[in-house]
Amino acid sequence: MKSRYLPLAATILIFVLAYALCYAQFPSMLSTRVIGNLLTDNAFLGIVAVGMTFVILSGGIDLSVGSVIAFTSVFIAVVLANTGLHPLIVFAVALLITTAFGAAMGAAIHYLEMPPFIVTLAGMFLARGMAFVLSIDSIPVMHPFYDTLQSFYWRMPGGGRLTLIGGLLLLVFAIGILIAHRTRFGANVYALGGDAATARLMGVSVGRTTVGIYALSGLLAGLSGIVFSLYTTAGYSLSAVGVELDAIAAVVIGGTLLTGGSGFVAGTFVGILIMGLIQTYIIFDGTLSSWWTKIVVGVLLFVFIFLQKGILWLSARKTAALHHAHGS
Amino acid sequence: MEKPQEPLLSVASLTKSFPGALALDGVDFTLRAGEVHALLGENGAGKSTLIKCLTGAYRRDSGDIRLSGNLVDPRDTFEAQALGIGTVYQEVNLLPNLTVAQNLYLGRQPTRFGMVGTRRMNAGAQALLSRYGLDIDVTRELSSYSVAVQQIIAIARAVDLSGKILILDEPTASLDAQEVRMVFDIVRALRERGLGIIFITHFLNQVFEISDRITVLRNGRLVGTRDAADIERIDLVTMMLGHELSQETVAHKAARKSEGEVAYCFRDFGRAGTIEPFNLEIRRGEAVGVAGLLGSGRTETAEVIFGVRPHDSGNAEKDGSQLELNGPRKAIAAGLGFCPEDRKTDGIVGDLSVRENIVLALQARRGWSRPLPRQEQIEIADRFIDALDIRTTDREKPLRLLSGGNQQKAILARWLATNPEFLILDEPTRGIDVGAHAEIIRLIERLCEDGVSLLVISSELEELVAYSHRVIVVRDRQHVSELTGEEINTDNIVRAIAADSQPEQAR
Repeated sequence: MKSRYLPLAATILIFVLAYALCYAQFPSMLSTRVIGNLLTDNAFLGIVAVGMTFVILSGGIDLSVGSVIAFTSVFIAVVLANTGLHPLIVFAVALLITTAFGAAMGAAIHYLEMPPFIVTLAGMFLARGMAFVLSIDSIPVMHPFYDTLQSFYWRMPGGGRLTLIGGLLLLVFAIGILIAHRTRFGANVYALGGDAATARLMGVSVGRTTVGIYALSGLLAGLSGIVFSLYTTAGYSLSAVGVELDAIAAVVIGGTLLTGGSGFVAGTFVGILIMGLIQTYIIFDGTLSSWWTKIVVGVLLFVFIFLQKGILWLSARKTAALHHAHGS
Repeated sequence: MEKPQEPLLSVASLTKSFPGALALDGVDFTLRAGEVHALLGENGAGKSTLIKCLTGAYRRDSGDIRLSGNLVDPRDTFEAQALGIGTVYQEVNLLPNLTVAQNLYLGRQPTRFGMVGTRRMNAGAQALLSRYGLDIDVTRELSSYSVAVQQIIAIARAVDLSGKILILDEPTASLDAQEVRMVFDIVRALRERGLGIIFITHFLNQVFEISDRITVLRNGRLVGTRDAADIERIDLVTMMLGHELSQETVAHKAARKSEGEVAYCFRDFGRAGTIEPFNLEIRRGEAVGVAGLLGSGRTETAEVIFGVRPHDSGNAEKDGSQLELNGPRKAIAAGLGFCPEDRKTDGIVGDLSVRENIVLALQARRGWSRPLPRQEQIEIADRFIDALDIRTTDREKPLRLLSGGNQQKAILARWLATNPEFLILDEPTRGIDVGAHAEIIRLIERLCEDGVSLLVISSELEELVAYSHRVIVVRDRQHVSELTGEEINTDNIVRAIAADSQPEQAR
C-alpha cells in the first residue's frame, strides 16, 4: 500500500474497531437512528472541518472558524428578529460576509506575508467581537421557514432520520472530496502544502490559491453557522467556543499531516465520525462524564501524531535504502 | 566555423549590472539546435546571471536576445517557458508530496467541466516518461523515487513545457556516477531531437563527456567559445582561471611518507548496519584519503569516528591511551574536528556572521558559561579570514551571502580555531569552483606540515591522489583496501572501488 493511504487506513480501522466495541456492548448502537443522529449532531462541526482540511493541507491553520460560526448565528438571529427579510436572503448575505472575511484573511496572509496563525487569531477575536457588537444575549429564532426546514428529513430503512443538515454534511463532504482531488485548485492546495516556493516556480498562482483556500474556509464556516442556527434555533455570541480546535482535531485524526501536503477530505469525515461515536457511547453508557470525549480525543491525537512521525520515518528509511541500492 | 543555419539562440553584447558590480559585460553567446553547450566559469563569472537573463528572472540592461532570429524579451520564467526556454536546477524543483503525474501536469491538467481527468493525466504522464526510458508508476508520490529519477522527471516537465531550449544548471551535482550516466543518456536523446541544451557544471570530466561546444566566462566577460573536441583540459582550466593552475593535475608526490608517530588508533571500530568494524591508524601530519561511491560507507566512517552515530564495537586510542568516543562533544574534547559533506544543512549557520560561525566550535568547547570575549572573537575571526583568504567584505556579514568556496573555508576555520589534532573533512571541495579547489588542497597540505592528522573523504580522485599519504577504499560498508606510496593513483583507486564484492587481497 502507498504510504500516503496509511493514515487514512489507520483512521478507518480505528473507527471500525471502536464501532465494533460499542456494538458489542450496546447492540442498538448499530442502527440508522444512531447514525442519523450522529450526522445531525455533528453537521456543523463536519462542515467547518472540510474547510479546515483544505487550510491544513495547504500548510496553514484557521483559528477564526469557531467565532465565525457564532457571528453567523447571531447575525441571522438579529436580522431575522429585526427585519422582515426571508431567511434565504439572510443566509446568502451571511455567506457573502464570511466568505469575504476569509478571503481578506487569505489576502493578509499572502500579501503581508504574515503567518496564518497570527492572522486568523486576529480574525478569531474580530469575529467574536462583531458577534458581541450585534448582541450579547441569546436570541431565539422564530420563523416559520425554520420549522419547514426542520421538518425535512428522509426516513432511512430502520427508522433513522437523515435530516436536512445531516444531508448537507454529506453533500459538503462529497463536494469537498471532488474539489480536493479532481480540480486544479485542489492540486494547487496540495502543492502549496508541499513547498510554496517550488509551487510558485512550477506556475501555481500562490496568492490566488491562498485567498481561495481561506475564502473557502470562511464560506464553510458561514454555512456551518447557518446549520448551527438551524440546529439550535438561536443565536448566541458565546456559542461555538473552541469549535476550531475540535475541527483541527478531526482533521488530524482523519490522517491529514499538520505540516500540510498530505491527507484526505474523506479522512476528516471518518475523524468526525470517530469523535461523534465517542459522544454517542458516553450517552449510551449514561454514567460517564462528557469530559471523557476530550480525554479520548486527546489520546487519539497523540496516537496519530506518533503514527505520522512513524510513517515519515519509514518513508525516509525507504528513500535511504533506495539510495544505497543505487550507490553500491 | 559558423554553420549556415540560423542559430537557435543568439545573445549579443548582453550587459547586466548590479549596484556596485558589473555582472555581465557585453557577452555574446550562441546556441545551435541539436547541441549541448557547456557554460563554464568560476563562481562569480556570470554564468547564473546569464541564465537568469535568459529565463527572465533578471531584466538585462542592454544587448539582444534572439530566438530563431526573432528578438525576444522574457519578463519572467513563464514567459520564457512559453517562448520555449525551460530550466532544470540542481535541487529538484518539483513537489515531493504530489504524484509523478501531478508534478508533470501541475497547472495544465487535462480537464472536462472543471474536473481533472486523472486517468487521462496519468496515461499522458506514462507516455511522456516512456519516451525518456522511464517505466514507473506515475500515481506514486515523487518522493518515492531516487534523486536521479526525479531529475529526469524535472527534465521531462521542462522539455514538455518549453521544447526548444533546455538549461541544465548543475543537474548532476547530487548524483553518483551511474545516475549521471542515466541523465546523460537522456540529454543525448534530447540533443538528437534537436533541442539546444545549455549545460552548467563544475565537473570537467562531464563537460568533455557530453558537450559539443564550451563557452567560458570570467568576471562577467566572455573568454571564448571552443569546440569540445579541439580543446585540451589544461587549456580549458587556463581559460577559466586566467592563469596556469599547477595544482589541477598535480601528480602524487612520489612515495611520500609521514614519519610522525601514530596519533590516533581505532581497533575493530564500527557500528552494526552503518559500517563494518575497521582498523585505522593515523599518524601526526598524515593525510589519509577515503575513496568510495556514494553510500558505500565513506561518510559513515567519519560519522562513527566523530560520534554522530556512536560506535557499538571496538575501541579508540590516542597516543596509546584509551579514548572514550561516543558523541561529538567527547570527540571535540579529544581533539577531533569534523567538516560534514552537506555544509548547507549540517555545517553553516547562514544567518550568523562570518565571525560567529568561525568561533562557534571553540565557544562550544569552552561551554556557554564562559563566553569568548568579543575582542578575542574578532581577533580569531580576522586571523582566519586572513590566513585562509576568506573573501568577505566584512567579518560581520551573514555567512550565507558568501560563495560556496568561502563558506567552506569558514567552516574549516571554525575547526582550525579549536586547534584540532585530528580533522575529518567530508567532501571539502564539493560544489565550489576550481580556483577554490586548489586553495583547499593547498590548505590540506599546509595542515599536514603543521602536524595535524587528517582524514579526507572525497569523490574527486585526482585530489585524493594529490594530497593523501594513504588512501582507504570503502565499498559496501567495508574498508576493502588500503593504498600506500606508489600505489596511489586514480587507476588503482577506481579498480579497487569497482572490484568484485568477493573478498580480495589488494594489499
